[in-house]
Amino acid sequence: MKEKILRLLRENARLSDEDIAERLGTTPAKVKKTVAELEKSGLVKGYQALIDDSMLPESKVKAIISVNVRPEREGGFDKIARRLARFPQVTSLYLVSGSYDLEIEIQGETLQEIAGFVSSKLSSMDGVNSTVTHFILKKYKESGRFMEDDDEYKRLKISP
Amino acid sequence: MSTKDLRFHPEALIAGHISALPKSGIRDFFELVNQMDDVISLGIGEPDFPTPWHIRESAIYSLEKGHTSYTSNLGLMSLREEISRYLSKLYDLEYCPVSQCIVTVGVSEALDLLLRAIINPGDEIIYHEPCYVSYSPCVRMAHGIPVAIPTFQKNHFALDPEDLRKSVTRRTKAILLNFPCNPTGAKLNTEQLRRIAEIAIEKNLLVIADEIYSELTYEGSHVSIATVPGMYERTVFLHGFSKAYSMTGFRVGFACGPASIIDAMMKIHQYSMLCAPTIAQESAVEALRNGHSAMLDMKEEYCERRNVISKHLNEMGLSCFKPEGAFYIFPNISSTGMTSKDFATRLLSEQNVALVPGPAFGACGEGYVRCSYATSIENIVEAMRRIKTFLRQ
Ligand SMILES: Cc1ncc(COP(=O)(O)O)c(C=O)c1O
Repeated sequence: MKEKILRLLRENARLSDEDIAERLGTTPAKVKKTVAELEKSGLVKGYQALIDDSMLPESKVKAIISVNVRPEREGGFDKIARRLARFPQVTSLYLVSGSYDLEIEIQGETLQEIAGFVSSKLSSMDGVNSTVTHFILKKYKESGRFMEDDDEYKRLKISP
Repeated sequence: MSTKDLRFHPEALIAGHISALPKSGIRDFFELVNQMDDVISLGIGEPDFPTPWHIRESAIYSLEKGHTSYTSNLGLMSLREEISRYLSKLYDLEYCPVSQCIVTVGVSEALDLLLRAIINPGDEIIYHEPCYVSYSPCVRMAHGIPVAIPTFQKNHFALDPEDLRKSVTRRTKAILLNFPCNPTGAKLNTEQLRRIAEIAIEKNLLVIADEIYSELTYEGSHVSIATVPGMYERTVFLHGFSKAYSMTGFRVGFACGPASIIDAMMKIHQYSMLCAPTIAQESAVEALRNGHSAMLDMKEEYCERRNVISKHLNEMGLSCFKPEGAFYIFPNISSTGMTSKDFATRLLSEQNVALVPGPAFGACGEGYVRCSYATSIENIVEAMRRIKTFLRQ
């Protein structure tokens, strides 16, 4: 049941307890209880809307920054990663394999703001060896959703 | 300009058994629905999910590589091998890919080939109603005699073995079974399968198993009649990619069974069809190799829709058997006092909801309608709201 509820919420977090209960053939009370447990245990961290920013009159500037870091003897990458994660501009942060160590997703009001963050905060941070900044030009897909819908393809209205 | 030859009447040239065929009951309704905009249709007998992308992508690859020639008559060897592995893994059925499997243009062609291969004029083929609309016409087109056995809601639309026994005559050649069933969503339990098998063996009949919905089984797992002791050698198993893999337009399916029967089917196929579309066959290989998880995701969604639609229908007083497979539900509308056709026609004109009147699937479907839940939950919920309003008026 937990897994099924998680799957439904991942797809659409606005489903009501009643909606979920109907789909899974159970009662709203049971769903409510399970969801509360999921939230309390910290498995479900929160709920957000997926927004196509390009449709907003003034959209934010986003970038992906690859960071090469010198790990510390104690704590490896965690210490520097936690420090970076605290900046509100940083929306996501991952430790990755390959030629870079940390992958940061960052968001700001203007290009200058992000450039400023990179030069004054990130590059100058102790342990940061180098960075590569990729500004995002267009978003095609996020969290499994396409930003542009295909033209609807219609089936026959009645078929055997 | 030529003068008219008064002796020539094209309509008089139509073969007797073809002009005697009734048009499908779905057809009339289709014409009606097609003239309307903004209809929510619960009348669609095919999946709403687009074919999983990896399968479509592999079709593009086939096209790019120029794989556009004929395949062997039996179908690509790689596909037959995958089919053989798949059936062994899923249903515990062992078929030799060389001699016991033929790839066809959907289950539709497989059924047609099989009926033409086994029927001598006048042979009887028993099947259960309500059922898929093509069974009776296909038997007739092969010069056989269709013998329908009604099934009932009180028996969960399962075929009653006693009714079957009573319908067998000296001319009976085969029993055609479709479980999970279009339009009722019924399936058979192991005891029912065993008793039907017993009769098939006792009366020495062939069983045609149209198990096209087998993956879409929501209660328990699918058991093929071919796995019942004594049945393997007398069953032809029909299956395809249309439903579980959402590949209706690819037109690909297959038949597996006794080598002699597959061989006879292959004779007809090689002269009439040559082979199933090559791109569709290569896409089917991809479906079997890598499509399992996408298929299971679709199945899970159908199962949720089934829960939603059966709850709503029962709550509004249209009693229905909770389907155990396929993606149809067959509610009883007799409490409204309307005939199935009136119900469907009025619902369409008053609330813009399309569904199919039960008698399209056989006379015993009177008093019922078929709702397909191969459509989004949002559509289902809205259709249910409209049906509720319709019933109140
Ligand atoms: C019971 C049944 N058999 C066969 C078919 C035809 O399937 P195919 O697309 O493989 O020809 C259908 C399609 O609706 C069906 O419901």
